[in-house]
Amino acid sequence: MLSQCEKKIEFSKTKNSRYIVKLKDIKRAIKFLKQEKNYNFLVDITAVDYLDFCEPKQKRFAIIYLLKDDSFDNLLVLKAYLNEDEIIDSITDLYEGANWSEREVWDQYGLKFKNHPNLKRILNHKEFVGHPLRKDYPMTKGQLCTKTDDLMDEMTPKLKAKGYENHDDLMFLNLGPAHPASHGTIRTFVALEGETIVGAVNEIGYLHRGFEKSCENHTYNQIIPYTDRLNYCSAILNNIAFAHTVEQMLGVELPDRGQFIRVIIGELSRIIDHLVCLAANLVDMGALTNYWYLYNPRETAYQLLSKLTGARLTNSYMRIGGMTHDLYDGFEDDLKECIKDVEKGMHDTLSLIEHNRIFQDRAQNIGIVTGDEAINRGWSGPNLRASGVNYDVRVNHPYYHYDTFDFDVVVGSQGDVYDRMMVRFEEIRQSIKIIDQAMKTLPGGSYSVADHSITFPLKKNVYSNIEGLMNQFKLVSEGVKVPNQEFYSSIEAANGELGFYIVSDGSGTPYRVKVRPPCFFSMATLSAMVEGEMIADAVLSLGSLNIIAGELDR
Amino acid sequence: MAVTGEEAIYGDSVITTKLDSAIAWARESSMWPYIFGTACCAIEFMSVASSKFDISRFGAEVVRFSPRQADLLIIAGTVSYKQAPILKKIYDQMTEPKWVMSAGACACSGGFYDNYTTMQGVDEIIPVDVYISGCPPRPEAFLEGLMQIQKLQAKPTKYLKKRAKREFKGRLDA
Repeated sequence: MLSQCEKKIEFSKTKNSRYIVKLKDIKRAIKFLKQEKNYNFLVDITAVDYLDFCEPKQKRFAIIYLLKDDSFDNLLVLKAYLNEDEIIDSITDLYEGANWSEREVWDQYGLKFKNHPNLKRILNHKEFVGHPLRKDYPMTKGQLCTKTDDLMDEMTPKLKAKGYENHDDLMFLNLGPAHPASHGTIRTFVALEGETIVGAVNEIGYLHRGFEKSCENHTYNQIIPYTDRLNYCSAILNNIAFAHTVEQMLGVELPDRGQFIRVIIGELSRIIDHLVCLAANLVDMGALTNYWYLYNPRETAYQLLSKLTGARLTNSYMRIGGMTHDLYDGFEDDLKECIKDVEKGMHDTLSLIEHNRIFQDRAQNIGIVTGDEAINRGWSGPNLRASGVNYDVRVNHPYYHYDTFDFDVVVGSQGDVYDRMMVRFEEIRQSIKIIDQAMKTLPGGSYSVADHSITFPLKKNVYSNIEGLMNQFKLVSEGVKVPNQEFYSSIEAANGELGFYIVSDGSGTPYRVKVRPPCFFSMATLSAMVEGEMIADAVLSLGSLNIIAGELDR
Repeated sequence: MAVTGEEAIYGDSVITTKLDSAIAWARESSMWPYIFGTACCAIEFMSVASSKFDISRFGAEVVRFSPRQADLLIIAGTVSYKQAPILKKIYDQMTEPKWVMSAGACACSGGFYDNYTTMQGVDEIIPVDVYISGCPPRPEAFLEGLMQIQKLQAKPTKYLKKRAKREFKGRLDA
């Protein structure tokens, strides 16, 4: 079947297979891949508007599907060109995870899908006119929103399917967006019968702050601070994911010291991210003491990060081709102190909850998602592993020498709230193990790429010779020039597979950046997870997914 | 000054003051904040509330999630156009005297999100008393903001009465 596809093109150095497919064949091709070749994992769906692109394309838009097979080792990219008036076949019947992704493409680009169950806006508000990621939509043209969506257009059919013809006996309730347990800005609209949820609808986009559009008028290095604010609980991992992708596009590899520093600081970020998730989840359960036990080690980590990067939360430590500066003298001792605190916090918390009947009753067999369902819905990271699926980007697509570190991929068995929490506890231990090994073998030498068309020259050279001055000037005014190509790459962030799909036109500013946010796919599952549960359990289910709105809504 | 009259009977154990001042004094040390936390700044607020910075030293640890019980609205995070009507509704539900603290670059001015979806400062829709800079502000900055609010609300009754009558017309007030 794929032989019918027009041609296989290669424009990246990785083994990723890329195909251009005719729009009418897309659905058939994906169906074939899923059913015959076990491409069961939909990584992402995105679109590109080629209106202002440096070279003419056959049609204005392209829709792009990223798929992975059962082994998670092979990534396949399918691409189809289309014009505004052409309609795409929805693949929601093949992948549950496609539902929200297709809605996002419709919302941002105005491309229509046939047979989609509910093609409506997802990130922008109901009164929004136009499609903001189109190149002819002005960057700063905001549109006022005056009222919120009542969401009954989704709720009524849902209740009808469950046999509720009229709503007289039901109570409707908004959990969020402004709710202490909504973790920021998530809205769960529920229909209750007593305390049991019979129907749930989620609305997101309250923290949609235009990350992807903002990328289109900033240079690659200027985007680093924006990436901080995706998953702001582990800012540095986002920095790394973005810088790593761009470096691969440039065809450069960091010196070993740089790679090790990224591993160490990245794993520390994963630890503090898990700490916030667990602390908040326990607060939702009423176990407030654990919040102090788990949150205070985070303060120690903030001290270390402040000393290293100058910021507590939004660190912007990474740069394309390296990082702002090397580790400081005495870093190792501070890191040891920090890890000691984390271990103590974990120990204190676990001694309170591990064999605690109340905790177990609250967390076990709540919000169960099976492995197959989790894959079908595009889950990744600790949430997917808690459902018993052994997939970790660090192991399946090793980067930064992760294949040389000795650590375990933590896998759960039930896929309930308890597993998701316990997986995170154990992952903290594994991250500590990785940090220990990396600190022991931390090589010396340079931490950044030596090519000064990518990284800044030493100030000494800027002031004393013309070459350094030119490098500095070019990098500041034009940015790092990335060769014309389209590229996807991902790392294992705290929440799972955090990927960037970047379209470059050869200039210092990306033409299009698409984030593959891991919690977007977990969030899309929540309504199905909580239906049939008690309302107090819905709060725990939400907490256990670790939804970070900055990453979810971008 | 020597205490005279009836108070003299009770020695130092009684202080005479105006009722308004007594109420202001009590309010100052028991602000009940509502955290409108939407983004990164809310994570820093978690630090403000936890042991190291400990907002309870300033009497403001009783975080309310019902606007009707709160007198201090802390907007910590980006407010998008989609979020704006919700913020306005919450502000409207709070009873006077109410105070608004806009924490962080996004809430104050939109921050570096100068684009189609981000409101360029919450003062476009509701009045703000104190602005705190930072992206996100450090916990000390939150505490400084709180102290500024405490100073404002301890001002003379005349100021407070005038303030309660102030007119504000935001973009969502049709």
